[in-house]
Amino acid sequence: MVPDSHETLDQLQQAQHEAEQPVTRADVAEILSQVLGSLDGDVSALDLQIYQELEGLVRYIQAARQEIAAIRPEDLSSEYIMSATDELDAVVGATEKATGEILDAAEAIQSIADGLDEAIQTRLVDQVTRIFEASNFQDLTGQRITKVVRVLKHIEERVGDLVAALGAEVERVRQSAGDAVAEDDKQPSEADLLNGPQLPGGGNDQDEIDRLLASFD
Amino acid sequence: MTVDMSMNILIVDDYKTMLRIIRNLLKQLGFENVEDALDGSSALEKLKGGNFGLVISDWNMEPMTGLQLLKEIRSDGRLKDTPFIMITAESKTENVVAAKEAGVNNYIVKPFNAATLKSKLTSVLGNF
Repeated sequence: MVPDSHETLDQLQQAQHEAEQPVTRADVAEILSQVLGSLDGDVSALDLQIYQELEGLVRYIQAARQEIAAIRPEDLSSEYIMSATDELDAVVGATEKATGEILDAAEAIQSIADGLDEAIQTRLVDQVTRIFEASNFQDLTGQRITKVVRVLKHIEERVGDLVAALGAEVERVRQSAGDAVAEDDKQPSEADLLNGPQLPGGGNDQDEIDRLLASFD
Repeated sequence: MTVDMSMNILIVDDYKTMLRIIRNLLKQLGFENVEDALDGSSALEKLKGGNFGLVISDWNMEPMTGLQLLKEIRSDGRLKDTPFIMITAESKTENVVAAKEAGVNNYIVKPFNAATLKSKLTSVLGNF
């Protein structure tokens, strides 16, 4: 018989919930040892079932830790993600600088055009306008890259949480899932509206926006 | 309706490159008096301290977004009738609807070209 089986399970759950650090193998082994030590006399079917459950739990925790350790999450967070965000920031910086220089040149050409006869001036200004229009890309690529950096930072935080507290993370994921369900019931906030440039087919083009605006009249 | 080509226009965007592009395109169209701001808050300060005939604003900026700026303008007794064009990469239907409900006069999706800018200016200000 296992007189304190419920108490022992509570103890295990409490250790998982409360500990800032995940429950160690030693903790689990100690709890298991207490359970085994409390076995007195004949082992009932219920005792055996509890024992098997606990054994399964130990194996699960060990396997999870080995898998997490195998992917070296610290490296993922401190090296790869940081490196990727730095690279992307550099792309934004370099693109902005290059676009600035292109605009410098375009503005200079426009100034020169102002002093020329009208026909040539028109032709030059048309080409300068094309440069201005094409320079739109810098804003859009910048926004897209910023979005990717935000996603990477989010992944980094989640990996950090997983490393810090495997047991606590299980509960947190369960809570976030509950929060997400509650969030779905709310009206979209302005933050929900800020999604940046859409991939092809994801948003409206100018003609569709014009039709949408006209539908209000 | 005659358009006052000497009117002050305020352009708002957190990308300096975009401010330069819009400023240059406005200059080509004959609008020389263009001021700029890098977010909604500083734009609102300029609007309250000046006399502007048009606001052309991006949406996604911090700390004050273009939509918040639009709402501030529409709730201000002196500024409420200032024409406002949103120029943004946010192209989803709910964005356009939210902007329209807040009182936007027109909406340009990035990337845009000079012809679209001129067309929207004409739509809001009249022929020039």
